[in-house]
Amino acid sequence: MNQVDALLQGDRLALARTLSQIENGTSESRSMLDVLFQHAGKAHIIGVTGPTGSGKSTLVNQLALAFRQPNGTNPPSRVAILAVDPTSPFTGGAVLGDRVRMRDLSGDPGIFIRSVATRGTLGGLSMAAAEMVTAMDAAGFDVILVETVGVGQTEMEITRLAHTVLLVENPGMGDDIQAIKAGILEIANVICINKADRPGVEQTERALREVLDMNSVNPSTGGSFHHFMEDENQDAPPPTGSPAGWQVPILQTIATTGEGISQLVQSLREHYTYLQNSGQWKSNESKRLRRNLESLIREVLFQTWLSRMNPQEYDQALDRLFTRSVSPFHLAEELIASDFASKTPSIHLK
Amino acid sequence: MEKKIRVLVAKPGLDGHDRGAKIVARALRDAGMEVIYTGLRQTPEMIVEAALQEDVDAIGLSILSGAHMTLVPRILELLKLNRLGDRPVFVGGIIPDEDAIALKKMGVAGVFGPGTKTEEIISSVRLALTGAIEG
Ligand SMILES: Nc1nc2c(ncn2[C@@H]2O[C@H](COP(=O)(O)OP(=O)(O)OP(=O)(O)O)[C@@H](O)[C@H]2O)c(=O)[nH]1
Ligand SMILES: [Mg+2]
Repeated sequence: MNQVDALLQGDRLALARTLSQIENGTSESRSMLDVLFQHAGKAHIIGVTGPTGSGKSTLVNQLALAFRQPNGTNPPSRVAILAVDPTSPFTGGAVLGDRVRMRDLSGDPGIFIRSVATRGTLGGLSMAAAEMVTAMDAAGFDVILVETVGVGQTEMEITRLAHTVLLVENPGMGDDIQAIKAGILEIANVICINKADRPGVEQTERALREVLDMNSVNPSTGGSFHHFMEDENQDAPPPTGSPAGWQVPILQTIATTGEGISQLVQSLREHYTYLQNSGQWKSNESKRLRRNLESLIREVLFQTWLSRMNPQEYDQALDRLFTRSVSPFHLAEELIASDFASKTPSIHLK
Repeated sequence: MEKKIRVLVAKPGLDGHDRGAKIVARALRDAGMEVIYTGLRQTPEMIVEAALQEDVDAIGLSILSGAHMTLVPRILELLKLNRLGDRPVFVGGIIPDEDAIALKKMGVAGVFGPGTKTEEIISSVRLALTGAIEG
């Protein structure tokens, strides 16, 4: 049996090896993903994001345990975890330590944990992460928990990947929330204040609620921040955050003891149901797939164009740009037009 | 994306501290490797499960409890049962010479005593993997 068939039939080693090939961008992984893609699209992908040390891994451990319990008459969900940690920019290495907090999950064949380093990606979320999630999805996991540190660009990237974003905060972050958290709050579908055994829970909840209420002033655009991002950047995530009709719940948890976890799991399941019933699951998915396709096309078209460009001519054109004798706008039009005039396009998706 | 060496660093057995394991983990990271660190008190089953899910290229075990002659054979056996018999295993800790010889006979790729320089560990891991993980 080949590796993809083995993966589809639940062979864990086949999944593990496929994940490595995807991560390393091998040529086999391309053709494997062609098949895996057709089997994916069923899992509920939940992003778990928040500051370093806020308790994300400990919470993921608890969430996985809870998802492994039967849900009413439904059987337990099978749970895959992708734990993303940063690569050291100085050495290119990484210590991936999230499993330390997930030891309760060992020995359960319904759980699969994979640690991944961000490697070269500037934004933080490994570029391969989305494709690794596709492989886990195709392998039949019902719930995929993706842990990422919520800094900078990652928080935007996680909305592209996850159906539901769970933001993990801690008490005592009250004062500066308004200054820095507006962006990240906007992407959260569910918020939990973890370490609720510590003082300051009420103030933090109040502060979070205030910012959320401010954000939801303009629900038609899905919030002003997304609106701004959409204008600014073609690649911006779709406005999945706090859409009209979904009230972002703020919950309290103590991940070390499991307190508040059942309510949290309930909220995550409610968000799933909400997405399904409102039609957003389908429309977000379509938007996401289309955006991925279009950015792929953009990339391939650009690379094709660049490969056909005469380097000397290009250097001369760039010089005109650098000396400001031509505007980027005009030059782009000129270069594209001359390319189309002189050559027959021949494009290969490789 | 280029291939990175992925190493599992685990601490089987019941003894209480993982200072040595953490030093090795950081040294491997500084050498550009990706280290999956699993923490204290890992059973052989937990270690092999992690090695499988993480598809690591090599496994490093830190054992200070003196139980290496029971833990290591069990781990090697489980690795084979899980089709991971080809992944080199390294053992660090207080290991008497005759035990070190026995462990190597069983298939352990390297045994490192308490004073071992991290450079030596790094080059042993690299050496064990040359050829094995090209491409
Ligand atoms: N008091 C208290 N401590 C907690 C709670 N949840 C987690 N912790 C502790 O917080 C520390 C960090 O927990 P992790 O789960 O590793 O946090 P993380 O967000 O995954 O950390 P990174 O992956 O490094 O960003 C650990 O020492 C946990 O035991 C909680 O609810 N209450
Ligand atoms: Mg973590």
